[in-house]
Amino acid sequence: MILQSVPLEYYLTLSAILFVIGAVGVLTRRNAIIIFMSIELMLNAVNLTLVSFSQFFNDPAGQIFVFFVMAVAAAEAAVGLAIVLALFRNKRTIYVDEVNIMKW
Amino acid sequence: MSLSVILFGLLAALAVGTGISTIMSRNPVASAVSLIMHFFSLAGIYLTLQAQFIAVVQVLVYAGAIMVLVVFVIMLLNIGREEQMREKSSFRIGISIGLSIILAFQLGKYAFTDLARKNFLPQNAATNGTTEALGTALFEHYLFPFEAISLLLLIAVMGAVILAKRQVKN
Repeated sequence: MILQSVPLEYYLTLSAILFVIGAVGVLTRRNAIIIFMSIELMLNAVNLTLVSFSQFFNDPAGQIFVFFVMAVAAAEAAVGLAIVLALFRNKRTIYVDEVNIMKW
Repeated sequence: MSLSVILFGLLAALAVGTGISTIMSRNPVASAVSLIMHFFSLAGIYLTLQAQFIAVVQVLVYAGAIMVLVVFVIMLLNIGREEQMREKSSFRIGISIGLSIILAFQLGKYAFTDLARKNFLPQNAATNGTTEALGTALFEHYLFPFEAISLLLLIAVMGAVILAKRQVKN
């Protein structure tokens, strides 16, 4: 097969780069929706690691985990965006540095 | 360099570029479009891994369902460009730089490993990523988690409805 000559290390390297991009996005951005999209970036980086190991070690369990991660990500998207909507309705902002009602 | 490594390199460059533009863009709509392209390039990378089922589900669930939700919320809230990047705490910038240094260190370790010792995809990987193989595993060994995830999705739907419902003010 022609598509079998990419080594496992390349996939893990790409996954590490994408995870750090997502983490930097969560840490540096203040817009709640962009923070939310950065979390999705990190989830996808972990999914890539799981699929790579699953394929290289020939065990379908890793891809089942990716399936579950996607279901949890969908649930998180629904609840997280509902929280952003409720936040905007009550505070008229989506910038997380302007929200400090739970800060002591 | 073989064709598959070039294909992987193109998709990886697209994934990294759209990921960076997702977190750097000032306009949330541009971020969302970049993220959709990122999900498509990741689906392509799953295809180079011969994980066909996950590639299709990636496009359906992430690029289809989740990003439609995000774009709808951006549209509902009518979010424009940020006038300037918000003021940021130096503590968080410090953590970001620290993470990047750790990443560069790990990548440097990979750069000096011997290519002959690297792992390549096994011959029968194509049969591992099919819907048939995953369905067998899902319904034979992971049936209870599969049913439990439906309960989680039901609770998430109820939570989203209750959170987003307009509160009646008296």
